[in-house]
Amino acid sequence: MSTTLTRPRPTAAQPARRGRGSLLDALPTIASVAILLLMFVYGEAAYGKIFQYNTISNLFINSSYLIILAVGMTFVILTGGIDLSVGSVIAVSSLTGVFMANAGLPVVIVIPVTILVGSLFGLMSGVLVQYFNVQPFIATLAMMFLARGIASIMATTPVRLDDDSSFRSLSEPIKLIDGPKTNDLVVTPSVIIMILVVVAAVLVLKRTRFGRTVYAIGGAENSAGLMGLPVARTKLWVYLISGTLAGLAAVVYTSRTGIAQNVTGVGWELDAIAAVVIGGTMLTGGYGFVLGSVVGALVIGMMTLLITRDGTVPPEATTIITGGILLVFVLLQRVVLLRKKKKA
Amino acid sequence: MAGKEPVVEMTGITVEFPGVRALDSVGLRLWPGEVHTIMGENGAGKSTLIKALTGVYKVDAGEITVAGESTRFTGPGDAQRSGISTVYQEVNLCENLSIGENVMLGNETRGAFGIRWAKTHDRARLVLQELGLGHLDPRAPLSSLSLAVQQLVAIARSIVSNTRVLILDEPTSSLDANEVEVLFGVMRTLRDKGVAILFVSHFLDQVYAISDRLTVLRNGQFVGEYLTHEINRSELIAQMIGKDLSSLKGMEHARELDQNAPREEFARLDGVGAKGIIEPTTLTLNKGEVLGFAGLLGSGRTELARLITGADRADTGTISIGGKPVRLRTPDAAIAQRIAFTSENRRDEGIIGDLSVRENLVLAVQAKRGWLRRVSRKEADALVETYIKRLNVRPADPDRPIKNLSGGNQQKVVLGRWLATEPELLVLDEPTRGIDVGAKSEISEVILELAGKGLSVVFISSELEEVVRLSDRIAVLRDHRLIAELVNGPDVDVESIVKTIAEEEAA
Amino acid sequence: MSAPAPGIGSRLKGLFSQQYAWGIVALLLLLAVDVIKDPSYLAITVNPTTGNLSGNLIDILRQSAPVLMIAVGMTLVVATRGIDLSVGSVMAVSGAVSMQFLSTAPNTAGSAFAALGMGLGLALVLGLVNGVLVAWVGLQPFITTLVMMLAGRGIARVITGGQNTAATNDAFRWIANGTVLGFPVVFVIAAVLVAAVAVLVRRTALGTMIEALGINPKASRLIGIRPGGLLLSVYALSALLAGLGGVFATASVMTVEVSRTGLNSELDAILAVVVGGTSLAGGKFSLTGSVVGALLITTLDKTIVFLSIPSAATPAFKAIVIVAVCLLQSERVRGWLRGRRAGRAPAQRPTPPSPAPSHSSPVAGPGGEPATSGSAGGAGTAGTDNDQKAVNA
Repeated sequence: MSTTLTRPRPTAAQPARRGRGSLLDALPTIASVAILLLMFVYGEAAYGKIFQYNTISNLFINSSYLIILAVGMTFVILTGGIDLSVGSVIAVSSLTGVFMANAGLPVVIVIPVTILVGSLFGLMSGVLVQYFNVQPFIATLAMMFLARGIASIMATTPVRLDDDSSFRSLSEPIKLIDGPKTNDLVVTPSVIIMILVVVAAVLVLKRTRFGRTVYAIGGAENSAGLMGLPVARTKLWVYLISGTLAGLAAVVYTSRTGIAQNVTGVGWELDAIAAVVIGGTMLTGGYGFVLGSVVGALVIGMMTLLITRDGTVPPEATTIITGGILLVFVLLQRVVLLRKKKKA
Repeated sequence: MAGKEPVVEMTGITVEFPGVRALDSVGLRLWPGEVHTIMGENGAGKSTLIKALTGVYKVDAGEITVAGESTRFTGPGDAQRSGISTVYQEVNLCENLSIGENVMLGNETRGAFGIRWAKTHDRARLVLQELGLGHLDPRAPLSSLSLAVQQLVAIARSIVSNTRVLILDEPTSSLDANEVEVLFGVMRTLRDKGVAILFVSHFLDQVYAISDRLTVLRNGQFVGEYLTHEINRSELIAQMIGKDLSSLKGMEHARELDQNAPREEFARLDGVGAKGIIEPTTLTLNKGEVLGFAGLLGSGRTELARLITGADRADTGTISIGGKPVRLRTPDAAIAQRIAFTSENRRDEGIIGDLSVRENLVLAVQAKRGWLRRVSRKEADALVETYIKRLNVRPADPDRPIKNLSGGNQQKVVLGRWLATEPELLVLDEPTRGIDVGAKSEISEVILELAGKGLSVVFISSELEEVVRLSDRIAVLRDHRLIAELVNGPDVDVESIVKTIAEEEAA
Repeated sequence: MSAPAPGIGSRLKGLFSQQYAWGIVALLLLLAVDVIKDPSYLAITVNPTTGNLSGNLIDILRQSAPVLMIAVGMTLVVATRGIDLSVGSVMAVSGAVSMQFLSTAPNTAGSAFAALGMGLGLALVLGLVNGVLVAWVGLQPFITTLVMMLAGRGIARVITGGQNTAATNDAFRWIANGTVLGFPVVFVIAAVLVAAVAVLVRRTALGTMIEALGINPKASRLIGIRPGGLLLSVYALSALLAGLGGVFATASVMTVEVSRTGLNSELDAILAVVVGGTSLAGGKFSLTGSVVGALLITTLDKTIVFLSIPSAATPAFKAIVIVAVCLLQSERVRGWLRGRRAGRAPAQRPTPPSPAPSHSSPVAGPGGEPATSGSAGGAGTAGTDNDQKAVNA
């Protein structure tokens, strides 16, 4: 039989590693905040009229659906998964909502059903991933096409929400500060919903056992299971949350534009993923924050704003730029991960 | 103690995997306030029995009662809710979370606004103090701890969840003697509080130091249950391996070669090291010589082997072969220099599970040759026949996927794969871990035979007896550093190696 | 149960052990549906003057060419544990650059070759970018190619300035609409290329190495297989074939529709791969299976049009098929199926004397079979001992 030797060094924690480790963790988030600030400053210098109430208001109003999507995506990515279906789910949800609203159903029914359509797709992804062990990107890719196909069966031309629909009230501006001329600080009910979602998500992730299980799964799924945490249920919930928030994003988006279309949301999964990744959440799971994703979504919103203001960048190039930014941040994560591994 | 009812009773437990009956009608009884050890060779079914109890594996037949009630757990979480906690050999914690979070995960203190982190961390600190780990900051990341301390943190978890039965599956394999003592102290405390402890270990000293009762398994079958003080070591070993002790004696001989004969150098390391992994090391590898690496897990023995074989990159120093410096930045560069390496992690870094035995055997030769020149079926068959016969691979079916072979036979195929490339240096990291006694001795024989034919062999094993038995020279490592080179001889044994390390430490 | 003749039984078993057998069955069923709707559906006519074949089957072959291209590339990528979501966009890019060039170039064979070269060249560049990011930088394949999928479509739009560029070039058009020995040129090219890739991977050690890499990347590296080159090559090959697919798709109409050319093609490619029996988890792959899958998809597309179902709905059907195949490959469903089969099996086995028929037999879980009553209680039977020896010796 074997013999055990004595390991001489004391095996206590080495605090020296700590500070540097956490700095490294925060690096992508710091980078994204810095980029957002830079974009503001550059925008103000190059085009002006950035630091004023109506621009800021519009930034939040226009980004609210993306922020909601990004919050849902954060949950999924924290567990090490991905949800590619959110963009298509929005198309199905918003078409369902508009058809129902135009049929004269009351808004208290229309909105919950619109959201539940999203939940249903989330549930299906979750079941495939958790109970049938399908890789997340395959399961949600299948849902992406399924949803897009269903949306195309529902309608192939844009469907307009009736002008008098109470659905639109979610985007009625509420003036907070009355500035000179049109320069007011306004919010819409949608923005308030978005803020509530963000606050709830922060609390759930930080202050509930469910939230801690999400992080544990992202860190080491196998260990989480052996520690007796409800891994299966949590993973199911994560996709359910992402789908539900996609449904909610559909409500917010539709109330603002008043149009539902089978091609709504093409490529939004990339925007949501980009927002999450830019905000510092590791694509491999386990590290990240909801507030980071909010910053990430604002970066993307700001980018769209600057491109519009600039006017010389062709709109076709937007996806190339988003893709490029996403790529840069994924590369940054890769570097951080390698540095970490080397130290461990 | 035996007067009480057992808290856990398993009878007639049978677990089947495709083609294998891993457990055949095995029984186990655990009493409160007792440390019960499961003994058995690798593959005897110890881990399977534990996983059958906690619901990781489905039980195909048999009865499990917990506190008198017939029970089937659906998984570790389910078992934990009934007060049965498990600590595994591999640390199963989340490195992305803090120490305190890991201790309290699933048992966080909650208030009206969700988890109360200050209280949660306070409780974690108290629990850690019970284990003599009061100096740890619960808010520090778990990744800042050594593996050994992480293992103790894992045990702290089970204290939090009011455990009635604590299962420790080989928890000591990464601990040093002091840490083992701390662990045993904790185990005794828990035992005296009435916790039933199920302990798995193959270190006999530890088993006799801590356990009250033993259950012996062999080949998935129940051999017997004994009170520890009623069975002596030799009887126990005989029960475990199902052989007479005298038949083991033959394996104890040391290498009988002229240790003073001049050796021809094969390769030389000059200050070879990698930052944070292994300090610059200077070492000579001779032809026809078995060089043993002795040291604890994490001492740098595997890390050094990986630098020699191009599996990892060295930052400093040079490796020269036949006097000429060579660059071994990738495995294929090392293979081109006729260096072969079998990793300690056979499943993840050795076998290609879904491919057949034939394809696995031929793959290294094929990789060396390049993709353009395919090894023909005829050549492959010739290689397969040679090595299946020479290494006694069972079953001798080259078309069977390698994942369906036993650990020992997988190891033989992996060894054959490298012998087929006709290497001049063979680096074997834990080639005998997790395989049965028969395959172990067969592999030892092959190693000696190869060295006899002039191969240079590096042999790594956590069983020091094995290192002493097979090696001509022994490199002792500790804390990522080569601390001594010993020429094997009558005055070198396990004890002297242990002493070498201790003395170095004092100096 | 009846005891079938062993020869036929085992041969049938051999065929059905190939997963793509079900693809063939599905293909035949689809054709059967078509024939029911129109009994002359399968008719092939020969044009007496040109010798050209025509008919629905020939159309299927012609239309299958782009799918075949991307399916073959995707098979190899998937075998390495990867995925290439960018194939559809690469098709659009290569189509866009050829059309953009041809729209101003003279109508000569020379310009056709130049356009082909530009399309394939740009596709290759995109594939190399994918490959470098996956192989050398170590990014996850799906995120790398997802970025390329969306950015690629942007690139195609930038190339044509957002227009659906049309062009005229007889030589280029011939690629899609011409015939060789009566068969469509596209299909002949596709068949030759598929055969070439098959020879490349199966007559050399490339195929085995790709499989090894997909099954166990770490072990493969230690064996001396250099993963970088292999990964780079499969992503480059996938993009190159997708580029050719894009040329096929645009040459038939001589127009590139920047937002429609190659749209959802990644879905087709993945579908062909899974129908063909290659697991999306990587490892062993079957090119024959993927060819069957590609033909099935083309037939499905054509049948959907034939049955006048709106074609916008096809992605939904395909997604359902992918989900179904993934479910069939999952351990859980296999366990259920095994459990049912095992339940039927004892009738054929020599039954040990069992006094009480299975009153204590436990529920068969996923992957587990109910223990036979003969061995549940007693010591190991002879059969068990042999099993143990076989494994432990």
